[in-house]
Amino acid sequence: MKVVNNLTHSVDGLGILKGRAAYTDDLADKNSLIVKVLRSPHAYAKIVKIDSEEALKLPGIEMVLTHKDFSRVPFTRAGQGYPEPSPHDKFVLDEYVRYVGDEVLAVVGSDLAVCEEALALIKVEYELLEPVLDFEKAIDHKSIIHPEPEAHEMFPIGFEPLRNIAASYHMHVGDVEKTLSECDVVIEETFFTQAQAHVMLEPHTVNARMDYQERLVIYNSTQTPYHMRRIISQGLNIPLSKIRVIKPRVGGGFGGKQGIHGEMLVAYVTYKTGKAAKMVYTRKEVFESSYTRHPMKMKVTLGADKSGVLKAIDFHCLSDTGAYGEHALTVFMVVGSKVLPLYNKVDSVRFYGDVVYTNHTPAGAYRGYGAIQGNFALESAVDMLCVKLGMNPIEFRQLNMMKETETSPIFEIMGEGTAGTAMIMETCKLEECVEKGMKLIDWNDKYPSKDMGNKIKSVGMAIAMQGSGIPYIDMGSATIKLNDDGFYNLLVGATDIGQGSDTVLAQIAAEVLMTTMDKIVIYSSDTDLTPFDCGAYASSTTYVSGNAVFKAANDMLEAILVEARRILKSKEVEFDGVLFTNELGETISLIDLSNEITYSEDQKQLSVTSSYVGHKSPPPFMAGFIEIDIDKETGEVDIVNYVSVVDCGTTINPKLAEGQVDGGIVQGLGMAMFENVQYSKKGALISNSLMTYKIPTRVDINNLTTVFVDSYEESGPFGAKSVGEIGIDTPPAALANAVYNALGIRIKTLPITAEKILLAIKAKERN
Amino acid sequence: MKIKMTVNNQVKIFECEPSDYLLDTLRNNNYVSVRRGCDTTNCGVCTVLMDGKPVPSCSVLTVQAEGKQITTVEGIQEEAEKIGNYFGEEGADQCGYCNPSLALTVYAMKKELVNPTIKEVKKYLVGNLCRCTGYISQERAIMKYLGDKS
Repeated sequence: MKVVNNLTHSVDGLGILKGRAAYTDDLADKNSLIVKVLRSPHAYAKIVKIDSEEALKLPGIEMVLTHKDFSRVPFTRAGQGYPEPSPHDKFVLDEYVRYVGDEVLAVVGSDLAVCEEALALIKVEYELLEPVLDFEKAIDHKSIIHPEPEAHEMFPIGFEPLRNIAASYHMHVGDVEKTLSECDVVIEETFFTQAQAHVMLEPHTVNARMDYQERLVIYNSTQTPYHMRRIISQGLNIPLSKIRVIKPRVGGGFGGKQGIHGEMLVAYVTYKTGKAAKMVYTRKEVFESSYTRHPMKMKVTLGADKSGVLKAIDFHCLSDTGAYGEHALTVFMVVGSKVLPLYNKVDSVRFYGDVVYTNHTPAGAYRGYGAIQGNFALESAVDMLCVKLGMNPIEFRQLNMMKETETSPIFEIMGEGTAGTAMIMETCKLEECVEKGMKLIDWNDKYPSKDMGNKIKSVGMAIAMQGSGIPYIDMGSATIKLNDDGFYNLLVGATDIGQGSDTVLAQIAAEVLMTTMDKIVIYSSDTDLTPFDCGAYASSTTYVSGNAVFKAANDMLEAILVEARRILKSKEVEFDGVLFTNELGETISLIDLSNEITYSEDQKQLSVTSSYVGHKSPPPFMAGFIEIDIDKETGEVDIVNYVSVVDCGTTINPKLAEGQVDGGIVQGLGMAMFENVQYSKKGALISNSLMTYKIPTRVDINNLTTVFVDSYEESGPFGAKSVGEIGIDTPPAALANAVYNALGIRIKTLPITAEKILLAIKAKERN
Repeated sequence: MKIKMTVNNQVKIFECEPSDYLLDTLRNNNYVSVRRGCDTTNCGVCTVLMDGKPVPSCSVLTVQAEGKQITTVEGIQEEAEKIGNYFGEEGADQCGYCNPSLALTVYAMKKELVNPTIKEVKKYLVGNLCRCTGYISQERAIMKYLGDKS
């Protein structure tokens, strides 16, 4: 292969670094009206009265929008395929506010200053309601967060709003309780994971204008332009044909831009007034009024026989979806479906629990999507079981983990809100990942720990899996057209949010068409111009959209060969990407062929469109190894190195694949070590700025060793699986295990801060 | 009020309010490579050079820039191209939102520090946050650029 799996610069990195206009707000109409939201100061309240008389007198104020301006059509902001597995429980504006930061009303004015002045003049009277702030007490709480009769589920997801349950789920294989009763060694442990903020550096941003065909054009920093178009159409009752969504360059998403933010209000203002409008979230709004990772409580019971064979896993999970139910069921299911199959040889397994509403900032999609939470619980529990068994945790994993050609019944039972898809692991190089990782971290020398005086050095590890798209549900497609002068346009609905999909998809097309990257001009994510794609989520782009591009490129190859056979008057024509040659040795170049069919004879535009929907979701796998130094006096953890050995099939672009893993690891380390969304007793966010919410900086990260094992997934484009999310899964459990290996202290609640470690050291000393 | 400053070697007179920040003034005048990230001077994506030194333009009032030399990445295109090519080699460009400001800061650092160690580089750039890359690939590219004497 000449382009795929070779060093290829990203197609857009240089221009972006040089400062070209690229992002949503760079492209806003300079005369846009500003749409500014009044945010709820209360965790739960009913709006009794809104007095906006004074605000409306201000010169420059165009309108004040309240819940009375919108019809009561509930929708979900989740940004998923249709029908969504998330409850329809959100109105554009509502008479209830359900968390601190929820939308009360919106002012529309000529500039930000006048909007802020207007907000200060508006008087809102609230009837305060008792908020539900402890997710363990949410079910059957006397306060009901969604009492409105319009809220509904699209198909059965266990939605019981009158009990504050957004979704619930239960699955089992075998009889867990019976198997556990027969086990020699059983542990039962409870783990907590916190809410995490996405902190993409570009805040949520949207702007809209009417074009000269009187259509609504929305520029939007989104991961899901097609879903966005559909949801805006349904929510505002605007014909789909009147809406064009353009996704410019996106400054990071990580799941946070899968959902709706200000799009409804901005689209409404422009459609109603005919004037351009925009909204750019402040960082405070990004923290308070977008989404977080679902916080969870997980009770894990493991049972094994004396020889260390894992026999049963019982996994109960309670998840907090906050004020609205975006991704409530599907994130919950991934806790099980992309974690439990790691240990596929058990006799019985059970996974069940509820997703509850609280009056917190809503939880939504976030890289890892349940797998990071489940991985922390299960991979911590496995190490704890090993202590009880007196067994080396690596030997335990080598004995019990998923191996190539094996399967798990869970794949067929659990899908994305529905039943799943049975599949055999045609590629699973976990054994090699573990072996290689041990060598790279020097496990045998460093395990479990070394006392170095003031500090203790230790290592810890975890294994993980993810998926590659949502089979039978999510579709990607690609159009390729040949231009005169012999270069191609590649049009894809796939959504580059910074992960490099424009580059990777262009590489796939270039490889099939035997050409170079400069001959493929890619354009993505414009609902008028590019073919449908579900968007950037569920680790789907390289595998699903990549397969669509692979098919389209092969169709284009066939189409140009048809023309070459006609022109060269031959049934046998060979093509090397540049030159067509028939059996007589007569040739025509692609450039000449393209010019001829454009201008000279039998003119036509060659263009093909292909689609792909997965029939399975081959998991990438990895082993993550952390080396840390813990300061005994302060509890501070210094990350010396993080070794990731990854099986993602072929790396279409090895450097970008490494970047996906590195970036995932560091986000995972942030969650493991200090990132923490925290609320006051009244439910207000304390961590609502980068002063109060710390993400990893470059001094926190000393070294990352990221390598890929040889692997070729037959069903993927050029053998590729996904790599976007797998990196984030292992750090919490690997760190927890390393801390235990250093100190004999088991921390079961994330984040594992220096404070928690030090308190545990002191408690241990006292005993 | 009118404020006069030099932006990328062009003399400019901007109409602004006393309370306007340099970030908004620059963006409103089409210097869109200067971007808004956090509002609290923590993330670094609004960085510009003021008389050659990196400053967060979200906390500099436009009036404070009166008479100053302001440089955005548009003003250092040749050096940005070099930095960008090293970023490309290392796969260090992901969403790219922080890259123009990072390139400016790296450019200023190269003038200020002589043969810095990786530790010194990390310290200098600690205010340039990135949520995508995990930093290490950026730093490989930056060390290569620092070693480039062309």
